[in-house]
Amino acid sequence: MKNQLIISSSPHVRGNWTIEKAMYGVVMAMIPAMLVSFYMFGLGALRVMLISIVACMAVEYVIQKYVIKGPVTITDGSAIVTGILLAFNVPTSIPSWMLIAGAIVAIGMGKMSFGGLGKNPFNPALVGRVFMLISFPAAMTTWPKPIVSREFFSFAGLDAKTLDTVTGPTPLGILNEQGANAVTPDYVNQLLGSMSGSMGEISALALILGGIYLIARKIITWHVPVSYLLSSFVFAGILWLVDPSQYADPLFHMVTGGLMLGVFYMATDYVSSPMSKKGMLIFGVGAGVLTILIRVFTPYPEGVSFAILLMNGFTPLINTYTKPKRFGEKQPVN
Amino acid sequence: MKTFKLGGIHPAENKMAASQPIEEFPLPKQGIIPVSQHLGAPAKLLVKRGDQVKTGQLIGETAGFISANIHSPYTGKVKKIDNVLDASGYKRQAVIIDVADEEEWEEDIDHSEDIIREITANPDEIVNKMKANGIVGLGGATFPSHVKLMVPEGKKIEYLIINGVECEPYLTNDHRLMLEKTEEMLIGIKILMKGLGVDKAIIGIENNKMDAVEHIRSMLKDFKGISVEPLKVKYPQGGEKQLIKALVNREVPGGKLPLDVGCVVNNVATAYSVYEAVQKNKPLIDRIITVTGKNLQKTANLKVRFGTQLSELVDHVGGLPEDTGKIVSGGPMTGKALPSLDVPATKGTAGILVMTQKEAKFADPRNCIRCAKCTEVCPQGLEPYLLHQFGELERPEDAEANGIMDCIECGSCNYICPSNRPLLEYVRVGKAKTSEMIRNRKQK
Repeated sequence: MKNQLIISSSPHVRGNWTIEKAMYGVVMAMIPAMLVSFYMFGLGALRVMLISIVACMAVEYVIQKYVIKGPVTITDGSAIVTGILLAFNVPTSIPSWMLIAGAIVAIGMGKMSFGGLGKNPFNPALVGRVFMLISFPAAMTTWPKPIVSREFFSFAGLDAKTLDTVTGPTPLGILNEQGANAVTPDYVNQLLGSMSGSMGEISALALILGGIYLIARKIITWHVPVSYLLSSFVFAGILWLVDPSQYADPLFHMVTGGLMLGVFYMATDYVSSPMSKKGMLIFGVGAGVLTILIRVFTPYPEGVSFAILLMNGFTPLINTYTKPKRFGEKQPVN
Repeated sequence: MKTFKLGGIHPAENKMAASQPIEEFPLPKQGIIPVSQHLGAPAKLLVKRGDQVKTGQLIGETAGFISANIHSPYTGKVKKIDNVLDASGYKRQAVIIDVADEEEWEEDIDHSEDIIREITANPDEIVNKMKANGIVGLGGATFPSHVKLMVPEGKKIEYLIINGVECEPYLTNDHRLMLEKTEEMLIGIKILMKGLGVDKAIIGIENNKMDAVEHIRSMLKDFKGISVEPLKVKYPQGGEKQLIKALVNREVPGGKLPLDVGCVVNNVATAYSVYEAVQKNKPLIDRIITVTGKNLQKTANLKVRFGTQLSELVDHVGGLPEDTGKIVSGGPMTGKALPSLDVPATKGTAGILVMTQKEAKFADPRNCIRCAKCTEVCPQGLEPYLLHQFGELERPEDAEANGIMDCIECGSCNYICPSNRPLLEYVRVGKAKTSEMIRNRKQK
């Protein structure tokens, strides 16, 4: 025998589950929403997507190669996921340099400063997004309207049909400023994505499809998405029952804004969400309640990013107090 | 179909040797018999250099409550007593016997193939015969089997559980035994039931061996009280805690034994050797060993006398392939990597797995991405990523509080980890530190 035998402790076989499979699985799941955004916003969406992905990978490359001087792992897919999520979270009219600044903060501050993949306490894409929202409030809240001719149905409602309007408020923006009476339900268009908003958040349907794919492939479990959706639905529903003239109905909250994007792709981030099933449920419920709280009771029309980041902060605490049920814990013995 | 609930994985089965009938392996020229082939104290040596020994002669005596007799598998002359490398990777005392051409058995041993069906021994005699004939658990742990029949006062046993799960990939030795030595095994189970005073025995078999399930079922009419339960394939179903959960839905708590929930678990091959020990007075001197691997010319299930060098078994299937990267004694999930094939087969050798270079090499570990897959697959409900950290950071108090001593070392966490982290390795380090701490605490 030419080679020496390898001695190592058991097990001597490994499964074929890898970081790459998980990360590129998330990328796959986001393709429907990406296609909707290209369809609705045209080339601007493609520009934002490419710049965001390339910038995130470049920032990670530069830091790993020249600052840490360690192995470069930009092909593991995690920087691409952050890039896509960052792009999904901005309006397609955003200037390129702002997006690059966001990518530097997302990867540099949100991820690499803590030690790279697996060490970041907060979701990097959300760190980048909130940085941009605070630094460039005007650019981050100027929403291009979807290309008008592409509205699927022309129910009277949110979208004025005049071609000269290129930007418009988001449904949540109208709700926040003018109250529940100003928004007219148009769930079909909102579900399909024909509304103003950040690039990737507009089509709840595409996002749900991708989310189902993630759960089916066992990349994520149902615990965070279901508890997040249920708690925000129930909380919004209670408010709506109390005063329907002031508060929007829960279905409206479901299909507007970045809720579906947050629920399936950002709250479920491995690194910044809890480890145990119990913890995931607490995390989801907390994020759901916070989202509606912020949407309804603060000047911010959208609360998904802040809610998830706040809950990210609670993750270590949740991990400490939610232990999985051990085998044989409650079994009586003879 | 029944299975255990918590955690578990589905590694590729690779049971290539399943269709190979049991072959009697010829006697070697020289046998190397370690005095420690079991869990517990090594046996006390009874022979010296130059002694003539017969097949089945006692050559090592139990040296403690948890210990086992060792018998000579050969007729011949003791060449020397020496320390030799065994499958554990340590050098241990062993008797080296030059095997004679003519085989002569100890007189009171019946080594014929005739099946003796009537069980005349009473429970005490059963325990004594098992002890005298060096019977240990052949499922992997090599725990002296007679100890399991000595149930402490106040404990009531309801079920004898027979482990025919064979959840380890590649291994097929139990499968072949269930197909070919069925009646002897069933008599062995009856003997164990009598020894324990129970009237219910359940054989658990995973449903990738339905031929064994059907075959055993067809013979059960003569064996009242024994039933067969097919189980949904899931690793580590052969772990006794998981098997008890799957079959009778009871959970053995951390730090407790199966008898605390009214169960005793024995392997199918152990049941067979109990039959031989009690009915035929034949000591444990051989067992079935699966020799397998993807690049071997053929695979085999060999009935091998202890002390045969593993290299001879591999030569029998065409020798070691050029690109061998790792040799494992046992299955790929819990087996031990061997430094060389020049080690003897012993009571604990269930199989030899020859892996290719490609199979043996793993990617370097990367950061934990906190995907929680390890906690999802842990059959004991632990958090392997956390125990890994406590092991690495040498924090035995925290490790203990998080249940590190409940770990059954099945390796599921290690198997599933997408970052290929050596989770079980560090959990073992942590367990060693933690048990040291517990020992010190008890002494104070």
